[in-house]
Amino acid sequence: MTRPRTLYEKIWDAHVVEQRPDGTALIFIDRHLVHEVTSPQAFAGLRATGRTVRRPDLTLAVPDHNVPTTARLDAAGNKLPIADPESAAQLAALERNAPEFGIRYIDAVAPEQGIVHVVGPEQGFSLPGTTIVCGDSHTACHGGIGALAFGIGTSEVEHVLATQTLLLQPSKTMEVRVEGEVGPGVSAKDIILHITGVIGAAGGTGHVIEYTGSAIRALSIEGRLTVSNMAIEGGARAGLIAPDETTFDYIKGRPYAPKGADWNAAIAYWKSLATDPGATYDKVVIIDAADIAPSVTWGTSPEDVVPITGVVPAPDSFADPSKQTAAAKSLAYMGLEPGTRMQDVAIENIFIGSCTNSRIEDLRAAAAVIKGRHKADNVRWAIVVPGSGLVKAQAEAEGLDRIFTDAGLEWREPGCSACLAMNPDKVPAGERCASTSNRNFVGRQGPGARTHLVSPAMAAAAAVTGKLTDVRELMA
Amino acid sequence: MTPLDKVEGRAIPFGLKNVDTDVIIPAHWLKTTTREGMGRGAFEAIRKDPENLFDSAEYKGAPILIAGDNFGCGSSREHAAWALGDLGIRVVIAPSYSDIFSGNAVKNGILPVVLPQTAIDRLMEVAATDPVFVDLEHQTVTTQFQDRFTFEIDPFRKMCLLEGLDEISLTEKSDSAIDAYEKQLDADRPWMRPAA
Repeated sequence: MTRPRTLYEKIWDAHVVEQRPDGTALIFIDRHLVHEVTSPQAFAGLRATGRTVRRPDLTLAVPDHNVPTTARLDAAGNKLPIADPESAAQLAALERNAPEFGIRYIDAVAPEQGIVHVVGPEQGFSLPGTTIVCGDSHTACHGGIGALAFGIGTSEVEHVLATQTLLLQPSKTMEVRVEGEVGPGVSAKDIILHITGVIGAAGGTGHVIEYTGSAIRALSIEGRLTVSNMAIEGGARAGLIAPDETTFDYIKGRPYAPKGADWNAAIAYWKSLATDPGATYDKVVIIDAADIAPSVTWGTSPEDVVPITGVVPAPDSFADPSKQTAAAKSLAYMGLEPGTRMQDVAIENIFIGSCTNSRIEDLRAAAAVIKGRHKADNVRWAIVVPGSGLVKAQAEAEGLDRIFTDAGLEWREPGCSACLAMNPDKVPAGERCASTSNRNFVGRQGPGARTHLVSPAMAAAAAVTGKLTDVRELMA
Repeated sequence: MTPLDKVEGRAIPFGLKNVDTDVIIPAHWLKTTTREGMGRGAFEAIRKDPENLFDSAEYKGAPILIAGDNFGCGSSREHAAWALGDLGIRVVIAPSYSDIFSGNAVKNGILPVVLPQTAIDRLMEVAATDPVFVDLEHQTVTTQFQDRFTFEIDPFRKMCLLEGLDEISLTEKSDSAIDAYEKQLDADRPWMRPAA
């Protein structure tokens, strides 16, 4: 009998191509997702050295970061030009590189286009038990279906394109167990914001986090993807949630998923991946689901989390002197005074979207709050950006787009949008945004922009009242 | 990649913790298809202040950066390493790094030295007036005073930095092992290939 192993260890062991004496291992990569921002230099490197892509069949390219979220086709169905010449050049480079190297490519105007981390699971390209990489730190997202998925830099993108492997040091393991049932108005986003607040932005550094416990098991795949997406915000390179019936039901029938006899073989394998009884983690954090409130960030690190019923903390309330300095800088940037009630903070911008929260369930949750209401007058800009063309079509079939537009919100085309200020969707300097994205860093949504991270339902609530709001007060 | 062994010079006493890669290089600088010229966008928001350390007479072009915990957290953008390199930084000294950033740094000939906060505090003090010496071969950080701090580094990373190695060429030596793995995978779990 082999020693009990965790989910992470099982996936790692199944991917070792070559074990090195120094403890590193050459790890096989099952899926490589490519977007336009972190790949051009990698393709240029291949070209310069005369290398090819080893496994184009395991590689999928889709543009998402730079694409504008306004209409992409004119009335006659012709592609509209992209105004920003640098964005246009980057998108053109991917459009050229993909066919040149024989890679599957989803065009910016294809119905399947979307944020790479929405597209991968949606297409059944991301599967449980696989290793998945992408030149984007939110690749951690795919851990929600039980894949070992992590972000890589451009040199590693080139390495994977050329060799389909990465040389890696095994990570330590960390279990974050969330037991019990969350209260009304508390979503997957609140769970992960709360976790990040508890463990800190560096709490998972060097670790892969496995999320366990009844509150995690109860989540849909959309919710699990949201939780795992922000593993990186707690410093962990990857998150993992063991695949189960919920996962299998989600994957079944998707275009790239196994079919027929292969499906049964796949299920049998995926079921064998769960952490063995008696396996141990290097670190364990246990959280009571009942302690999690609808949450919001006050500062410029995703660890700066308080319940919506809370107040802006005073820098000297932190024990660590460097955190005191950081908190003081954060508050100056955010224009907030200690002791201010979070619910008194006025909001001018609303962003519902990003690889964290742009799936159908997220849009349903936001629509449920906003239905029959209207955005507040002081909310200047409010956009809803579906994660993919397929999510957009589904939402429109359910009439969600009308609920948003009737409430004064804009309904956009899929892409990364206002999560990262690389495309025209930006938050102006000095203004606040209630955002369903994943990072509240300085300048993340635009130079001087002030971000408050929230769930889709909380963003919808802020849109209605014009300030950060406890969504429970708007629930029937 | 330029090999790295000994680096000596002024060290920028930056010291902040949780410095994310959006701070090191904001997203609008990522709209490029080359690796060059990123230094202009490095620490853009901080450098809007004319009194900033990076452009000061003492620290402009300094080869060493001293930072706090969790340096390079957030986005995987390798542009952060390119930006530091373009600024002339060859060594970062901090108590910890994000996993992705430290990998990106090494692949671009930048040494991420890990030292405890007490050592960082002392080096911040020295860096205010005097140079710092980093020796990768012997894994030490010293000053012209009595300070001598030793650091750990993964032996593979050390070799890559010392010799300026290209990792892809090294991995290509394992080509037959990769072939064998792929064959075995197709035999054991054929369904792992994306369905047609």
